[in-house]
Amino acid sequence: MAGLNLSAVSDDEDDADRDDRPVLSAAAVAAASRSTLRPPSLQTLLEDVPDSAAVPHTSSSGGDSEGKSKSADKSSRSRKLKHDVIEAVNELIQDINTCHEQIAEQAVEHIHQNEVILTLGSSRTVLEFLCAAKEKKRSFRVFVAEGAPRYQGHLLAKELVARGLQTTLITDSAVFAMISRVNMVIVGAHAVMANGGVIAPVGLNMVALAAQKHAVPFVVLAGSHKLCPLYPHNPEVLLNELRSPSELLDFGEFSDCMDFGSGNGAPLLHVVNPTFDYVPPKLVSLFITDTGGHNPSYMYRLIADYYSADDLVVQRRPTSGN
Amino acid sequence: MVAQKKGATARVSEDPEELARHPLQAILLADSFTTKFRPITLERPKVLLPLANIPMIDYTLAWLESAGVEEVFVFCCAHSKQVIDYLESSDWSSQPNFLVTTIESHNSISAGDALRLIYERHVIHGDFVLISGDTVSNMSLTQALQEHKERRKKDANAIMTMVVKQSKPSPITQQSRLGTDELFMAINPDTKQLLCYEDKAEYSKGFISLDKTLIADNPSTVLHNDKQDCYIDICSEEVLSLFTDNFDYQHLRRHFVKGLLVDDIMGYKIFTHEIHSSYAARIDNFRSYDTISKDIIQRWTYPFVPDVLCGNSAIRVERRGTYRASEITLSRSAQIGPFIVIGQGTEIGNDTKISHSVIGEGCTIGSNVTIEGSYIWNNVTIEDGCELRHAIVCDGVTMKSGAVLEPGVVLSFKVVVGQQFVVPAYSMVSLLQQPTQQDSDEELEYADSSSGNVELPSKLNGDITSDLSETRHGPTSELGTGGVGYIWSIFEGGHDEEWRHSVAPIPTDKLAKIMLDKDEDEELLTQDGNVLSPSGELKSDSDANDSEDGDNEGSRDDYVSFEKEVEATFLRAVHENVKVDHVILEVNALRLSYNMASVDCAGAIFYSMMKLAVESPHSSSSELHRNAADVITTWQNLLKSFLHDIDEEIEVILKFEEICLESAKEFSPLFAQILHLLYDKDILEEDAILRWADEKEGADESDKVFVQRAEKFLQWLREAEEEED
Repeated sequence: MAGLNLSAVSDDEDDADRDDRPVLSAAAVAAASRSTLRPPSLQTLLEDVPDSAAVPHTSSSGGDSEGKSKSADKSSRSRKLKHDVIEAVNELIQDINTCHEQIAEQAVEHIHQNEVILTLGSSRTVLEFLCAAKEKKRSFRVFVAEGAPRYQGHLLAKELVARGLQTTLITDSAVFAMISRVNMVIVGAHAVMANGGVIAPVGLNMVALAAQKHAVPFVVLAGSHKLCPLYPHNPEVLLNELRSPSELLDFGEFSDCMDFGSGNGAPLLHVVNPTFDYVPPKLVSLFITDTGGHNPSYMYRLIADYYSADDLVVQRRPTSGN
Repeated sequence: MVAQKKGATARVSEDPEELARHPLQAILLADSFTTKFRPITLERPKVLLPLANIPMIDYTLAWLESAGVEEVFVFCCAHSKQVIDYLESSDWSSQPNFLVTTIESHNSISAGDALRLIYERHVIHGDFVLISGDTVSNMSLTQALQEHKERRKKDANAIMTMVVKQSKPSPITQQSRLGTDELFMAINPDTKQLLCYEDKAEYSKGFISLDKTLIADNPSTVLHNDKQDCYIDICSEEVLSLFTDNFDYQHLRRHFVKGLLVDDIMGYKIFTHEIHSSYAARIDNFRSYDTISKDIIQRWTYPFVPDVLCGNSAIRVERRGTYRASEITLSRSAQIGPFIVIGQGTEIGNDTKISHSVIGEGCTIGSNVTIEGSYIWNNVTIEDGCELRHAIVCDGVTMKSGAVLEPGVVLSFKVVVGQQFVVPAYSMVSLLQQPTQQDSDEELEYADSSSGNVELPSKLNGDITSDLSETRHGPTSELGTGGVGYIWSIFEGGHDEEWRHSVAPIPTDKLAKIMLDKDEDEELLTQDGNVLSPSGELKSDSDANDSEDGDNEGSRDDYVSFEKEVEATFLRAVHENVKVDHVILEVNALRLSYNMASVDCAGAIFYSMMKLAVESPHSSSSELHRNAADVITTWQNLLKSFLHDIDEEIEVILKFEEICLESAKEFSPLFAQILHLLYDKDILEEDAILRWADEKEGADESDKVFVQRAEKFLQWLREAEEEED
């Protein structure tokens, strides 16, 4: 439970707003609260502990001593359980920390001499992956699509250049024009769904379609913590998040378009700023996870290693204010 | 003063460590000290009013928390108990690293009193954020704070940083989109120092006055009218002591800011920090309540939007900006338009249409109801066939079937509107009787008689029940059969201004009227020569002053520059497709500012037209003729509007003569043809042409050149006249 929450918070792939706006923290909190993926088996275990410990007290009409020993037994069991859970969570944290390296190790197998790689936006996994290939003396070029409206691609380009990679920065709209010169598209992901679909920064579906048109391999890098046991058709999954329109346009300049004092009081201008795209599995050529490369159709098997079938019943906890 | 300055610098040197030690504090004023939200605020404090179904104060606190503030002092005055109870029951009282402390007062009547009281408590150490509980923002304080601290290090007198945001005011109503008056700020563009703050510019006079020294002391000053004051201030400790020293400071802006700007003895300075990508606005009146609600729904305040603030997916955003809570009973035939918020447990009946509205929790809405641009709070019952347009409906209201709310209506708590009753536009309805205006003193306009009213609600709350039963028994009520509540009469003087601050958009006929009034005003104003044009640019009045020395030479020069101005105006009109009416207006304005007669206008315009014709490319005289004909046909209306009588027409002919003789000799062979053209287009009357010919009879031979050229045409005119006779 904590592990999954944590993965949502520490998900630096796409949310890495490097300017320290309060938006970031709030967005992280929002992401955490949105992540409804709490495997109830663990959740109920943990939450029921105090309850079940309390129950014998009230119901034990037999004798105080018996009740006490029972609850003592319970508490030792729950301590053991807690210990196990904490250990498992720590293991998961370590997995998450090392997944970049494990993915990056496979870089040389995929990136060859004199190739052109295209990526969009910024992802730490992609950065490490490219740099690992560079360290192995592969010489190649990287096209970075800037990833409007947050322009994380600019940051990635800066990082890549700092590490000595040949980098070309292009606009998102130039992707189709450039794709014919590209040998491989390598991108990061926000989450990988059980059907092999990808939730990724906005604009990636377009890149995937362009890649398909020109038969360029579309490779997604994803640590195993990004695997998600849900299917995109599940109504419980909110596939998108609408962010502030101010990332697109300047409020002050457009403030006269939003004067509700005149006209019929209804806003005429509406700016939509979705954060994510859904890339269907048929557009993905390969997933590279910390356990190796996999086909999209194999993802459900991988997910089964991490989530037991019992955990897949997502249960929403009663809302408690904030 | 020197000594004081020294003391200040000494303190500054230890400031960094001092600042490092103290957590960032904020003062949140949970009382607006105004009566703009009456009658609602008689029963509930403004900060607890729901904004997209979440109390306003939650937005402010959530922002303060995310912006890194660690300790907040909530100052409660009116309805302090409700605010304190709310905060205690909410999560805010149990947040780690975010301490919310309430300070209660029963006799404060202004922000000034509040700050004086807080100063006496000695709880503020170091810089603090001053904000009122009705502010929505998502800005980052980091940069503003840093700028503030750096300025403080250099200059101990920089005691306050005001947050501003660009927002264009409406050119017609002279008010911002938040319904506040247009605000003028003079800011030094280099240092960002605030030099002048004028929120009550007098449009009746049409100008704002700036202190001469302000221009003299500052190498550059930019006067903005498109800045919105966000009412978020980063203040140094001195601000509190200043309020204590100046016990007459009441209002934060009207007294404190203006007081500091005017006072040059202490030398305190206020700076501004402009935010671009983030949002900040304060709910000051019903219009800003409407505007900010819409901004929130459009997600400008992200992440402080209902779906994120509520957390745990209690509210979900759907396509077209619809926010829906869980457990909504919605009829299949109900039409739910874009940009609406629906609270938990609300029921909506058949064929009901809802658009651009916010609907609270536990409401019951019947069938065939139309709701447009309205704000409906919790547990409201709206029966079948009601119509609501741009209204605010508070908790527990019941609208019986067929009731209609016209735009701008506010129904306060638990009001009942009778069957088929139509509540007239802009009415305020409450269960409480309108308090009698006990303080009509001008003095208390800002203090807003809160002093009297702090106790009023509690006293009245007790009376509500008796009040209620009284009205129920009564035969009638002002709200139709079965209705309960009083329709408040409009405050004196405010009658024709209520549309400004209402939730309803300004009616178009009102806008048209204002526009008309303004045009008239402008014409009057231009006579003074120093008018504040609608775009807010200041026209220089130096030219106007020149004309005052009445000697001949001066007026001749004037005429030349006037002609040039007219020409420029005309060319601009040609190139930018300005409407003829606007050109006329502009030329009239020029005429007044240069003190010219209308005769001169006609001459000058004709001159500009001919010049345009000459300057457009042509190779032969026939082409030139065609050019001239084109220009004259296109702009004949313009010229005609300045030809009121025969004198002006003669002036045009004389002007034409002059052109042919001096500036554009190419025209001289075409003189007769163009004269004919002007006659054909009804620009010149035959009388005028004949009078001109007659006048020239006695002139020198050299002067008669053109009369002779036009002889044929004149002959024809005369014959035509005779025939008619």
